Amino acid sequence: MTDKTLPSSIDSTLDLLAKADYIADRSLATVLYLALRMGRPMFVEGEAGVGKTEIAKVLATTLGRRLIRLQCYEGLDVSAAVYEWNYGAQMIAIRLAEAEGEGDRARIEHDVFSDRFLIKRPLLQALEPDPAGPPVLLIDEIDRTDEAFEAFLLEVLADFQITVPELGTVKAAHPPIVVVTSNRTREVHDALKRRCLYHWVGYPNAERELKILRAKVPGIAKKLSEQVVAFVQALRKEDLFKSPGVAETLDWASALTELDVVALDPATVSDTLGVLLKYQDDITRLDGTKVKALLDEVRSELRAAE
Amino acid sequence: MAASEGRLAENILYFARALRAAGIPVGPGAVLDALEALSVAHVGTRDDFYWTLHAVFVKRHEHTGLFDQAFRIFFRKRGYIEKMIASMLPETMPGEHKAPPPGAQRIQEALFSGLNEREQAKSDVEIDARLTVSDQELLRKKDFAQMTAAEIAAAKDAIARLALPLDEVRTRRLAPSRHGHLIDIRRTLRASMKAGGAVIDLKYLGPRVKEPPIVALLDISGSMSEYTRLFLHFLHAVTDARKRVTTFLFGTRLTNVTRAVRQRDPDEALAACSTNVADWSGGTRIASSLRAFNKQWARRVLTQGAVVLLITDGLERDADDTLAFEIDRLHRSCRRLIWLNPLLRFHAFEARAKGVQTMLPHVDELRPIHNLESMAELVRALSGAPAKGYDPKQMLKNVA
Repeated sequence: MTDKTLPSSIDSTLDLLAKADYIADRSLATVLYLALRMGRPMFVEGEAGVGKTEIAKVLATTLGRRLIRLQCYEGLDVSAAVYEWNYGAQMIAIRLAEAEGEGDRARIEHDVFSDRFLIKRPLLQALEPDPAGPPVLLIDEIDRTDEAFEAFLLEVLADFQITVPELGTVKAAHPPIVVVTSNRTREVHDALKRRCLYHWVGYPNAERELKILRAKVPGIAKKLSEQVVAFVQALRKEDLFKSPGVAETLDWASALTELDVVALDPATVSDTLGVLLKYQDDITRLDGTKVKALLDEVRSELRAAE
Repeated sequence: MAASEGRLAENILYFARALRAAGIPVGPGAVLDALEALSVAHVGTRDDFYWTLHAVFVKRHEHTGLFDQAFRIFFRKRGYIEKMIASMLPETMPGEHKAPPPGAQRIQEALFSGLNEREQAKSDVEIDARLTVSDQELLRKKDFAQMTAAEIAAAKDAIARLALPLDEVRTRRLAPSRHGHLIDIRRTLRASMKAGGAVIDLKYLGPRVKEPPIVALLDISGSMSEYTRLFLHFLHAVTDARKRVTTFLFGTRLTNVTRAVRQRDPDEALAACSTNVADWSGGTRIASSLRAFNKQWARRVLTQGAVVLLITDGLERDADDTLAFEIDRLHRSCRRLIWLNPLLRFHAFEARAKGVQTMLPHVDELRPIHNLESMAELVRALSGAPAKGYDPKQMLKNVA
């Protein structure tokens, strides 16, 4: 049971993440440790595919907590994110009360707006006590929703409570572990960020990316994995509209192993470039000669390192 | 122990102050958070100390660089703090002569209006013709704050005209509506409760409408210098009236001045803009500026149906394929691209310049903007459907 308790230092946070094959750097572990210890939400920003959402999933599995996910989208409102009344059941309850000759309007109203008729959505669920410990609440891609929705979150993130006008305030006895992610397609308001610990997840360096790759794609050959990482790292230095993320590196590595490739050659790279680059402009920019030049550079670099 | 703790708190307080001076918004709450974080983190190494403070003080990715610099200098030697602030702030240049405070010229004019009456009349005439003032400054760094009273009057006029119904887009968010198409069960139930559940009075929901964001890209190169000041005033007025306006200036590089323009007082806003920008009245590199915008900002500010105002004369020095490519990408990533070109004031204007020809096929609308009349027209255009007569294709046909 000891492994299910919160980590007691930055080092043990790193170990905890590594146990679930999440190779984090020390800065991320520091922020995560602080967030857990201080009971503060964690606000993670970064390019797509660098493992922001994964943090919450890994936390939930390693700590043995329930993961509650709120995927944000434009038009997300209270009834989908916080709570809703079960109108059908309420109607029936009113009819029944009438049939029984219950004439006291205040009484009906009190009965109808009670806990029994409340449908709990992710945010409210996250505040409920859980036998396994407070759940992990993942508010994913908050930049996809509009500014109006951020206001709903302020109360939840600051005090871990939600006010339902008809019922009163619901407050969590033990605050959930909150992870908020954003792709930065718009700036999130300072009022919300102020309540959180902020971290920017960047692209990993070659050494860490290699570790991630070996942890996530176990069957990969040593030489191929080195080449893949070196090529992706070189690609990120190019002037691209969207640089490949870690997720793309992993996809590409699994694609290459599926194709039984043992070492990179220009033709294979050109054929599978669509796994790494998702914009047509970027793919056309990287024509055959460019791929070959990059690959030669990568090979000579690796040879020098040996 | 208590004494050393006191020293730490003091140091953090000074550090927070240094960050604030360097431009990172750090509230008093963050200082308390920092102390709490340090006490729970059991900081051992310098790196842990760094990331602990980083987690609390930095709330935006752009500020990481500033924080890094501040941290290095501050925790090396305390005496360097003034030097650090001086090196990070563009506006405090040691040894520079003191610029007259914003609005000084206005006060002067107010005091000596009798003496200057004739001159003022002259500048009034000029405003009718070109919407610019006589004080042409050839300094590279222009002091915008020195406005003439006549110009202010003109700008105020423009602001008054801005009070028009503005453009609206439907959002996916719902709001109570009389003519909506969805039944609002919550309100319906509440309403029927009043009658004890006997009568069901249906209430409806409809889509909520919202003003789309505006993104302005303003050319501040030499060929535009007569107009930039008033355009900035115009953008300030628009920013005042609408919430979501993002303003960029470009000459040879792109600068985001949204925060500066948001200041209440137009004088202060313009002064803040001029301190932020390094390339006043230089050359134009439209293609590379658009490229910088597309790459760094487009995905962040062009969401939710943004309208882009591109204010430039289109006189690109080296018009090549990249310009066409970048303007096309810009066009594809926004809802409506309006090109405002002051050169259109000449009736004989023809799209002969290569840059203009390259950009024309990719804009939704081409409009003049050289006097208050055209500004007012633009505001009307922003509040409705694209107007006829500003079709860029027509302009291309005329040339052909």
